[in-house]
Amino acid sequence: MRDVAIIGVGLTKFGELWDKSFRQLIAEAGSKAILDSGIGGKEIDAMYIGSMSSGRFIGQEHVGALVADASGFSHRHIPATRVEGACASGGLAVREGFLSIASGMNDIVVVGGIEKMSDVAGATATETLIMAADQEWEAFFGVTFPGLYAMIAMKHMRDYGTTKEQLAQVAVKNHANGALNPYAQYQREITLEQAINAAPVAYPLGLLDCSPVTDGAASIVLCAADKAKKYTDKPVKILGSGQASDTLALHARRDICTLDSTVYAAKMAYKQANMTPKDVDLAEVHDCFTIAEICAIEDLGFVKKGEGGGAIEKKITTLDGSLPVNTSGGLKSKGHPVGATGVAQMVEITQQLRGEAGKRQVKDANIGLAHNVGGSGATCVIHILEAI
Amino acid sequence: MKDIGIVSYGANIPRMRIKIEDIASVWGKNGKAVSKGLGINEKSVPSVDQDTATISVEAARAALQRCKVNPKDIGAIYIGSESHPYAVKPTGTIVGEAIGATPDLMVADYEFACKAGTAGIQTCTALVKGDFIKYGLAIGADTAQAAPGDALEFSASAGGAAYIIGKEDVIATINHTYSFTTDTPDFWRRAERKYPSHGGRFTGAPAYFKHVTSCAKNLMEIVGTKPEDYNYAIFHQPNGKFPIKAAKLLGFTMDQIKQGLVVPFIGNTYSGASLVGLASVLDVAKPGDKVFLTSYGSGAGSDGFDITVTGKIKDLAREKAPTIAQMIENKEYIDYGKYAKITDLLFWE
Repeated sequence: MRDVAIIGVGLTKFGELWDKSFRQLIAEAGSKAILDSGIGGKEIDAMYIGSMSSGRFIGQEHVGALVADASGFSHRHIPATRVEGACASGGLAVREGFLSIASGMNDIVVVGGIEKMSDVAGATATETLIMAADQEWEAFFGVTFPGLYAMIAMKHMRDYGTTKEQLAQVAVKNHANGALNPYAQYQREITLEQAINAAPVAYPLGLLDCSPVTDGAASIVLCAADKAKKYTDKPVKILGSGQASDTLALHARRDICTLDSTVYAAKMAYKQANMTPKDVDLAEVHDCFTIAEICAIEDLGFVKKGEGGGAIEKKITTLDGSLPVNTSGGLKSKGHPVGATGVAQMVEITQQLRGEAGKRQVKDANIGLAHNVGGSGATCVIHILEAI
Repeated sequence: MKDIGIVSYGANIPRMRIKIEDIASVWGKNGKAVSKGLGINEKSVPSVDQDTATISVEAARAALQRCKVNPKDIGAIYIGSESHPYAVKPTGTIVGEAIGATPDLMVADYEFACKAGTAGIQTCTALVKGDFIKYGLAIGADTAQAAPGDALEFSASAGGAAYIIGKEDVIATINHTYSFTTDTPDFWRRAERKYPSHGGRFTGAPAYFKHVTSCAKNLMEIVGTKPEDYNYAIFHQPNGKFPIKAAKLLGFTMDQIKQGLVVPFIGNTYSGASLVGLASVLDVAKPGDKVFLTSYGSGAGSDGFDITVTGKIKDLAREKAPTIAQMIENKEYIDYGKYAKITDLLFWE
């Protein structure tokens, strides 16, 4: 298997982008990544696009070819494939691109992730997102994602003594990081009081425990590692790539407080990278809700099960903590254009490892981890990166 | 040529009120938070016998009571509303007949969401300027609809204001008017639908704020003025937050906008909103005062006006009709049950 490196990254501003279309967003992110990488269009062997539900959000399917077309490559007839795994679509697209280079089939692959969510009303967005849960056994009964994650939070609070204040501290931290990210949807800090007293959504989750509806796109250029130095002085190598699945329905799990897909994908990625959680300097984790970040740092092995809330309280995961988590602002503050999120996490880790993260730069960052989840944990994809 | 502008004005606000907290409690919401979030304490509610026609007639009569204009000299009536009582049959003819302005009269009903009243003022100003008519009557009035449980239910209210436009005894000259218009579908009501639909947060930045601030900036550039040149500024007020934010974005102060900001006390009177605000300003204005008005109508557009109050305002018998402040105070609270009954929420076939 060949080594694979990231040689270019691109991101659009995240937010309610009323005046930008789906194709404008992906073309912007893709062209930024291509320019950043220094490759020529003729060198692209394939494209992989992560998008969760373009059909429901903008009435457009078949977006693999659309993205190649919108990027100006229709005349080159590049193989372009759309990958779907709910909110993990972006991470899965990265993994498919990685596998296609690792296999020797391709040398240079452009990966994109995108979602244009604000063209539909809030209720339609919620209905669309719940299709990532089990329609027959969950959604038909009226549950929404805030409801599912609230159940996880309730059990976490009961079993491990996690508090609503600790949940709120995740949001406060991520907003503090997002305030330093010029691409974030919410570039402002919030107070603990605001987070605790925000309008209730599904107890114990309030409005500020939930990631928003967002428009945005992200892109990275992947290259066979032995050829990466030809294009950039700062390639970032993908040391490990892990993916795992689990039951679609939350109630069918062994333990609803543990995302086994994260545990298994992490095991796969750590093994491939020949690393342990202790080797990781910073991580972007899938904080679609504040409780999800607490579960993530446990399931990734950064802290023991049940100690995630305490770790937040001890400020281990703040920007100047021993393991900064979600330096970009995370899904909570940076925004969560579902199909783009997994790719955007790779952009953040790459920028951190290159030392290009500006005010939110983590000192001496060598190893970074990106953790992208689909649904309530039926899919998880994890990548471990290193600056070379 | 003599200056053209406002010769007289009048307004009408139904006296029934419902508190925003009372509506919120029906829907299980935190009333204080909703009220604070919207910047609205209570809203006016039309009774069963009040509609856009009656509000328009009351406002027009108030305007006539204050001045010496003979209704027979009114050559045009334009009424802007989203709640004309008839889909086909003009409100303007009812008002024309009621005030004695028929039959030598141009009439048409206007609709441009919340800015059709100011569009009527523009039309009347042009007709007076072209010497087609001696006086024109422009009215913005609404009994606004909102689906039960919709966010609009906290603000949609009833009221209106009437303006007689002419070039004799002008109390406030309309120095310039400018409109900023695009096709922006932020709020709409399809034919034969009882309640309007809206694009949620899309009604903010790309709709209200873009049009209001663009219109205001462009108008000030055309007439060569700055925010500090005005004594008063009125912006369309769908809630208490938007006009304050728009004012701040443009560089106007709270002192300039508070007299014309009536939405906290009566809600959003839609086509009446900015014109009731202007009436509130004219209730206290002195000769020489400069007034800046920017309306907004979803769909979308803004009409801007650069206005100067003249010495003639001293001769207007303002006391012959109630002021906006008096109408705000003249109120009777109702609960949600009565509100539901009189606003036809309990409609069945």
